[in-house]
Amino acid sequence: MSVLVDKNSRIVVQGITGREGQFHARQCMDYGTNVVAGVTPGKGGQVADGVPVFNTVKQARQEAGANVSLIFVPPPFAADAIMESVDAGIELVVAITEGIPVLDMMTAYHFVKSSGSRLIGPNCPGIISPGKCKVGIMPGPIHREGSIGVVSRSGTLTYEVVHQLTNNGMGQSTCIGIGGDPIIGTNFIDALDLFQKDPQTTGIVMVGEIGGSAEEEAAKFIKENVTKPVIGFIAGLTAPPGRRMGHAGAIISGSSGTAQAKMEAMEKAGITVMKNLGQLGVTAREIFK
Amino acid sequence: MKIHEYQAKEIFQRFDIPTPRGKVASTAAEARKAAEELGTTPVVVKAQIHAGGRGKGGGVKLAHSVDEAEKLAGEILGMTLVTHQTGPQGKVVKKVLIEEGQEIEKELYLGVVPDRATASIVFMASLAGGMDIEEVAAKTPEKIVKVAVKPTTRMQPFHARALVYNLGLEPEIAKQFSALATKLYNMVLRHDCSLVEINPLIITKDKKLIALDAKINIDDSAMFRQKDLQAYRDLDEEDPMEVEASKYNLNYIKLDGNIGNMVNGAGLAMATMDIIKLAGAEPANFLDVGGGASAEMVENGFRIILSDPNVKGVLINIFGGILRCDILASGVVQAVNKVGLKIPVVVRMEGTNVEEGRRILKESGLSLFVATDVLDAAEKIAQIARG
Repeated sequence: MSVLVDKNSRIVVQGITGREGQFHARQCMDYGTNVVAGVTPGKGGQVADGVPVFNTVKQARQEAGANVSLIFVPPPFAADAIMESVDAGIELVVAITEGIPVLDMMTAYHFVKSSGSRLIGPNCPGIISPGKCKVGIMPGPIHREGSIGVVSRSGTLTYEVVHQLTNNGMGQSTCIGIGGDPIIGTNFIDALDLFQKDPQTTGIVMVGEIGGSAEEEAAKFIKENVTKPVIGFIAGLTAPPGRRMGHAGAIISGSSGTAQAKMEAMEKAGITVMKNLGQLGVTAREIFK
Repeated sequence: MKIHEYQAKEIFQRFDIPTPRGKVASTAAEARKAAEELGTTPVVVKAQIHAGGRGKGGGVKLAHSVDEAEKLAGEILGMTLVTHQTGPQGKVVKKVLIEEGQEIEKELYLGVVPDRATASIVFMASLAGGMDIEEVAAKTPEKIVKVAVKPTTRMQPFHARALVYNLGLEPEIAKQFSALATKLYNMVLRHDCSLVEINPLIITKDKKLIALDAKINIDDSAMFRQKDLQAYRDLDEEDPMEVEASKYNLNYIKLDGNIGNMVNGAGLAMATMDIIKLAGAEPANFLDVGGGASAEMVENGFRIILSDPNVKGVLINIFGGILRCDILASGVVQAVNKVGLKIPVVVRMEGTNVEEGRRILKESGLSLFVATDVLDAAEKIAQIARG
């Protein structure tokens, strides 16, 4: 078992004829992911790298049986692409796009929540169940199939964490990049809940950063609902207040959203909080043995 | 994007939101002319910088005559205004706003923000206006009325009613307040505002609701459709190195430390800053060259870091996924050769083709310290910091 994506996932890549979409669709297929369709409005009927292209997501679902979408559509059109997927009945929508206007995401967010679909991201590396399915832009070879669930707001920082886990002999059940934006479809609690219920997952690594209060809420959820061991890391102890640190959601507003407050909340909930990123892998070996 | 008060009030006026009559001036003579044109006294002379707390810092003064307005404008223009939001170095005042003085009966607070937790546009209002709203929120949260407007309903009369009844406004003011809140909501949607703040929103002696102050931030991600506001960007308000970095799509924030760093990805960049601190040094910057940085971006980033005279050493931390380490290594070598190297540089890279990348660095003949992992990089940075 793994969560959300596996061998049965049938992917439609929205924006498959763009530079990013094309490149990553190929990378996903090389990993063994079943990419069954692409969507680019106006290019329906074409074939991109062996994948049939449709004008609409609905066609991709009906004619190619897609049940997961992977979005590389540019920011001005990305919220529309998310809502199109949801409207077409796609079960899992993974939005990689960074820089979607907040107001657009608000509309998309409420539409997703009123549907039966799940959104991961936007502004995320995607999701991977190692050895089974990769729906995203993460480098496949650093992962190994195993039993640790990873959930993170970041991209390359997640790769660093995964790399340390793999190097220390711990594979991953599923790694979910939930995204660095202020409004995201799947939050820490959603992911933690999935990992807690997944029999393959025996331990969880949670990677947060400054901004908002998602980590504090997750800590509370863990204390009450998660029985599996959790290791936490928070980036941004040295980040100055009031500045957006790359990610749209990574900002300390006044005195709220600091790394210090998040680490304290997590420690109180019984989570092993790493101060030194470099020791995460070694510590995980201890905690997850 | 942040904009000035006088610009925010220009936008307010387009949405028929009441503001005091006023005019912006860049010289004392212009300020005099503006005061003359207003034709009333007193007038208020307000420093225009991108920071709050201007009044306490001496940037807002009341003038009782045209002569005094000219004199005060002359004093404020060119001064370095230090407030709790500017940092100790302060900001130089280049423009002042000359406004008609108001007879204030009461000061309210009204803020509008897209709220991340509820994915709604949230109004925050309080009768405790004119004060630091963060302080009010921390000490007396019950004094703040919050109303969330979801995109599914958009702004309805019931939202406005919830605001005015919870604030306990008298009917005459309530009517004006409801209208103003609706106009603000429309403005937020039209201009992708990521923050609107009116502090204070005043009730005048003759029972008029007026936005005495105005603050608007625009969502940077929405600038592609806010082209008419692009002209409001004031580069004088931004750090010159950050402006330079933004030309190359680099996400750079200048900090006060002495160890420069360059990283791909925002999360890893923050974590790298934290590692530098943990090693006993202070980060000189935040620099995210992007998840898929190119050799050219690495070169530009390197040049910008080295232009900071405080920097005594540099840590490059790249997790190459899509970006291969051999290409990155070539980029670093190319950058160092072009820019020159007078301070120690630690390179830690990991990921695709890392062996080849390390070989390129080693054989370049440059005195780069190659770190094997994060721990090793921290150790090498600590050595540099100790001198």
